[in-house]
Amino acid sequence: MKISSGTIRLIIPAASLVLLLAAVFYMQPRAMSYNGLNLLFNLAVPIALATIAQMLIMSVNDLDLSMGTFVSFCACVAATLLQTSPALGILILLGAIATYAVIGVVIHLRELPSIVVTLGMSFVWGGLAVLILPSPGGTAPAFARWIMTAKPPLVPMAIVASILIAAVTHTIVMRSSFGVLMRGVGGNDRSVERAGWSVIGIRAGTYALAGLFAVLAGIALVGLTTSADANIALRYTLLSIAGVILGGGEFVGGKVSPIGAVIGALTLTLAGSFLSFMRISPDWQIGAQGAILIVVLALRLALNRLEKREKSQ
Amino acid sequence: MNIRTMLAASVAVACLCGPALADTSSKKIALSNNYAGNSWRQAMLTSWDKITKEAVSNGVVAAADPFTTAENQATEQAAQIQNMILQGYDAIVINAASPTALNGAVKEACDAGITVVSFDGIVTEPCAWRIAVDFKKMGESQVDYLAKKLPKGGNLLEIRGLAGVSVDDQIHAGIQAGVAKHTQFKVVGSVNGDWAQDVAQRAVAGILPSLPDVVGVVTQGGDGYGAAQAFAAAKRPTPTIVMGNREDELVWWKQQKDKDGYETMSVSIAPGVSTLAFWVAQQILDGKEVKKDLVVPFLSIDQAGLEESLKTTQKGGVANVEYSLADAKKVIDAK
Repeated sequence: MKISSGTIRLIIPAASLVLLLAAVFYMQPRAMSYNGLNLLFNLAVPIALATIAQMLIMSVNDLDLSMGTFVSFCACVAATLLQTSPALGILILLGAIATYAVIGVVIHLRELPSIVVTLGMSFVWGGLAVLILPSPGGTAPAFARWIMTAKPPLVPMAIVASILIAAVTHTIVMRSSFGVLMRGVGGNDRSVERAGWSVIGIRAGTYALAGLFAVLAGIALVGLTTSADANIALRYTLLSIAGVILGGGEFVGGKVSPIGAVIGALTLTLAGSFLSFMRISPDWQIGAQGAILIVVLALRLALNRLEKREKSQ
Repeated sequence: MNIRTMLAASVAVACLCGPALADTSSKKIALSNNYAGNSWRQAMLTSWDKITKEAVSNGVVAAADPFTTAENQATEQAAQIQNMILQGYDAIVINAASPTALNGAVKEACDAGITVVSFDGIVTEPCAWRIAVDFKKMGESQVDYLAKKLPKGGNLLEIRGLAGVSVDDQIHAGIQAGVAKHTQFKVVGSVNGDWAQDVAQRAVAGILPSLPDVVGVVTQGGDGYGAAQAFAAAKRPTPTIVMGNREDELVWWKQQKDKDGYETMSVSIAPGVSTLAFWVAQQILDGKEVKKDLVVPFLSIDQAGLEESLKTTQKGGVANVEYSLADAKKVIDAK
């Protein structure tokens, strides 16, 4: 029996998610219900969207350190302008997506390190967020609130949304020709260029797509919290990177997995709940979260070795 | 053993424990705290532990577990609150990372029939209770005190807190109201001390050369000692500096008092307000009708009470007071 390397990449994150879920159910049987699952996972939906955005950036060998502040900015726009004057709000969010495309172009043309550019942009987004919403507040647009609190039959919204996000992004990244090109740029941009494609266009498109998912993350977050503040999503920067890696992605080489990234985001969220149910003191919680990450990554490293050995035989 | 017999057994056990049980003896209360990284928050958690352990062992409530988020982030605290809903707590007491970003999670909790009480860092969701400090009155009381001590009035220096934080605005508004009431005073200078002694010292040292004689310094807490150091370094007479209950401030005050009978007052919020929130939650669970917005008194120390407060304040800590059920009832009944 031959299992593709992509499947192997997915096994570890999926298995760790199932294991964590089982542990949570064991400790807190109340979670094993429609409402329970929703409460466990609904805050994972914006994280999953941000993780997908980060994954797109990482698929072209870049890293986005402004993800957290950008999602915060989008949340602030969604809680204020998108609510009071929808046309202007949509225009600003479209502008933000266009800015992302421009960032991609600048990074490519000037051969700048993406880390530096996005770190700089994080202050720009942070400042804009404070300008739009100087003190915490705002109201979620009715449609965002409706979507995030929807109660579909049988399966809770959080699960439906996660599956939907995974399916859509899997189609884009793994099945469409744009997705192939995007991963190609991450793998070997020269050969993509020699094949006659515009790498600059692909990069701009990738960044714009990442911007779109980050905007969706901001709207989803506001739909859950009902209002925003300028610092609401700061931790999404690191969470999204951890989610991609946890889900089987790599920092370089265009090796990414959308389904893995969504699973990674769910696993990270669940790990937080797991530690809280275990009554681990907050002093140890960050450490414990790190330990979970290290264990999963160590497992993957071991599997990678195995994979390599099989190939060389 | 099926569920019904288990329930019956637990009811029987509960009844055996004695007649002193309140109606809330089976209720569980959780504390959701966003930050534990300074002396004030540490004192807050210690107070919670002390009072609630006693309450649990006396059978007032079944559990009162404190949880603190690791990263002081609103989304993290929202997840924590949702976990508490799953854990089946009957009431959640919150010191919130953001007044608005937790509203979704708080609403989920309310919808699940959970009592939510916020204090210090309050939440705006209408279904939750709020225990707020009257910061404005805290600012006003400082000027009131100075008016009594220095009836002739004079120039004041104002040390403000962290710019852009609502607490700073409220205390400042109180001081302005106080100055408007006691017209013999005039604020001649204002600096931001960020509630930290070193920042306050630097800021005051910077503005002092440009100031005329100053008779009083109004503060926001955590900045009085720094101001005193700046005045001493500039070799100017020490004005009446209002202190903020920090241990270093009280120690300095005591030294000055022993040396030349220096007189002032000290005012701040007691970290033990967490225990007040606990009792309020317990009272709500007990079926008591409680207003959604409560005001907590602040803790002020006068000349006579200095030694007493200093004795009970830990080194590097903040003067504290823990609340009893009777205190909570007083706050609830206050109009």
